[in-house]
Amino acid sequence: MNFDDLIQGFPDLTTTGLAQGSIYALVALGYTLVYGVLRLINFAHSEVFMFGTFAALWTWGLMGYDSNSARPDLGTALLLVLVSLVVASLFSGGVAMVVEAVAYRPLRKRNAPPLVFLISAIGASFVLAELMGAFTERRQQGIPGLLPGEPLFSAGGWTVYPLQLATVVVALAVMFALDWFVSKTRFGRGIRAVAQDADTAALMGVNKGRVIALVFLLGGLLAGVAAVFYSMKQGNTRFNVGFLMGLKAFSAAVLGGIGNLRGALVGGLLLGLVESYGAALFGSNWTNVIAFVVLLVLLMFRPTGLLGESLGRARA
Amino acid sequence: MRQRLARVLGGVAILALVAGGAAACKKEEPATNGGSTVSGLKIGFFGALTGDAAGLVTPGKNGAELAIAEYNAANPGANVTLVPFDSQGSGDKAAPLATAAVADEKIIGVVGPAFSGESEVANPIFDKAGLPIITQSATRPSLNSKGWKIFHRGVGNDLSQGPAIGRYLKDVAKADKVYLVDDQSAYGTGLRDEVEKILGAAVVGKNKVTEKQVEFGPVVTAVKNSGATAVFYGGYTPEAAPFLKQLRAGGFKGTFIGGDGLYDANMLSVTGKADVEGAVVTCPCGPATAAKGNFVADFKAKFGTDPGVYADVAYDLTKVFLEGFKAGKTTRADMQAFLGTYNGVGTATGVTYKWEANGELDPAQVSIWAFVAKDGAWANPTQLPKS
Repeated sequence: MNFDDLIQGFPDLTTTGLAQGSIYALVALGYTLVYGVLRLINFAHSEVFMFGTFAALWTWGLMGYDSNSARPDLGTALLLVLVSLVVASLFSGGVAMVVEAVAYRPLRKRNAPPLVFLISAIGASFVLAELMGAFTERRQQGIPGLLPGEPLFSAGGWTVYPLQLATVVVALAVMFALDWFVSKTRFGRGIRAVAQDADTAALMGVNKGRVIALVFLLGGLLAGVAAVFYSMKQGNTRFNVGFLMGLKAFSAAVLGGIGNLRGALVGGLLLGLVESYGAALFGSNWTNVIAFVVLLVLLMFRPTGLLGESLGRARA
Repeated sequence: MRQRLARVLGGVAILALVAGGAAACKKEEPATNGGSTVSGLKIGFFGALTGDAAGLVTPGKNGAELAIAEYNAANPGANVTLVPFDSQGSGDKAAPLATAAVADEKIIGVVGPAFSGESEVANPIFDKAGLPIITQSATRPSLNSKGWKIFHRGVGNDLSQGPAIGRYLKDVAKADKVYLVDDQSAYGTGLRDEVEKILGAAVVGKNKVTEKQVEFGPVVTAVKNSGATAVFYGGYTPEAAPFLKQLRAGGFKGTFIGGDGLYDANMLSVTGKADVEGAVVTCPCGPATAAKGNFVADFKAKFGTDPGVYADVAYDLTKVFLEGFKAGKTTRADMQAFLGTYNGVGTATGVTYKWEANGELDPAQVSIWAFVAKDGAWANPTQLPKS
């Protein structure tokens, strides 16, 4: 165990952990929303995220920025990020809705048992990943560094980069917006109603099919936002990046309490931090082991996650 | 009684089928003494032809294809073909592919496997079947000590590459604080061990990453806090490119160096021009674009691109097998014996290929080169001193 690395790097490890955790949280929300309403783990959500990274890559490519471009000035960089946020969110949202329409809706109409949905989800995930793999020849693709590379501020071994700050701020903003949407708007009320009791909600005039499509769209939009920041942070993407991200985000959702929106945020940030500290303490190759050991231990004491399962009940 | 009769009849029928099948198979076997007139022999090419690591291997496959096309043109009726085995660089996929290669009796020799990890899986299968191989790029030293008779290496191993990297860091980059990172692969760890032996006390920290890792934030923090002025990475491009990118994004300004696992075009394009600038890679191979003879022009004419890493080596090694065919070595056993006494100069690399009993290239022929990334290309090829 390397306590020196942990203590010396503590401030920096916290920043990187929070930035990574914000991305986990954004993707985790997609799992949690769908689970809250349908009691279904949407395994294809990881590929929805992966499509978002490519949407961002292509958007920047069309605007003339590839991995070999020099860093643009701040104004151009912000424009590039904004445009890619819109495009990637819409693209991911679209893919999520297509997945729902093709892989889940026909099953729901026939009242298929839950296990069949699971298989359908895994199938959809493979199809999407392999489609992208075939289309991009499975090549790893570089992504340009856009936001300024100079530290925002640097004091006593603590350095914060613009990208890290932007990731955390945007993730939090999006999360609050979602929380407000679900708890305050009419659409949100519909989501909570279907989550509590789908049949009664239908009797009260809530269009269940539309609510479900909306939930998938929301999850996709958030995955798109996550994809943009992930792309800038990691600096590359390929057809299989969804797998590990999906696993981590799903764990974050369970950690916070699946079906619980605020839980996804807490779970994501916690997982990011634990990974960051754990990697410093035990070495980078143990990152995943530590993350999942923490997950297991926490779930032993709180089987429904840190904040408990609930969408539509008071806490959500 | 009736039942028994049926069984006997059935047994006879199966025996007849087996015998018939065996006879049919026999006809396909290549004649053993026909010399260069034997037609339809095959050479296997084993390595990552798709996937992230393909950038290191496909130039070699093109080199092999070129050699065979030239041979077929010069020897009408020979019809030698190259059989690609796409392992995607993964040990998991290597076993069934090696079994398939062994089962095709027309395959007399294999160029590859390209990586050390997959070699450890595939070579025992080749050895059992007596199918001789020459690898153009699997450089883990211990591959020569596994008792595989069929093993031949067409380049120097990491016992020469590793120390060369260590000396480069010490003497050329003048780095007194070096941070070592490896990907825990057979190749990456082996290379790191050799670098570490040379650097000794100059190593200020070590870290391990895993295959397919994408987030290197904690490693970057550790590198910065160690005060290292140089980072060595033992592994391959798919992890090295994002690692280097995140190192630069995290403000690391020192030297970045890696072995031949990073010497491909993806390392340049995925990392991006600005971030890869100044990165150093070494290779037990010279620059393929400066190969001797007509190789570069012929390669460009056939494939429309400059020859990439190991293209010239694979070309020459394929030609060794083809010379064997020409000399009438058309069985695996004959080819194996032929390689044991082979002594000839490769037309593209200029290296004299001559193997020791353990399959290693004659040490006098080994040379290590360093390349520096400049303006999005590998530039400044320099041969590193041997000690």
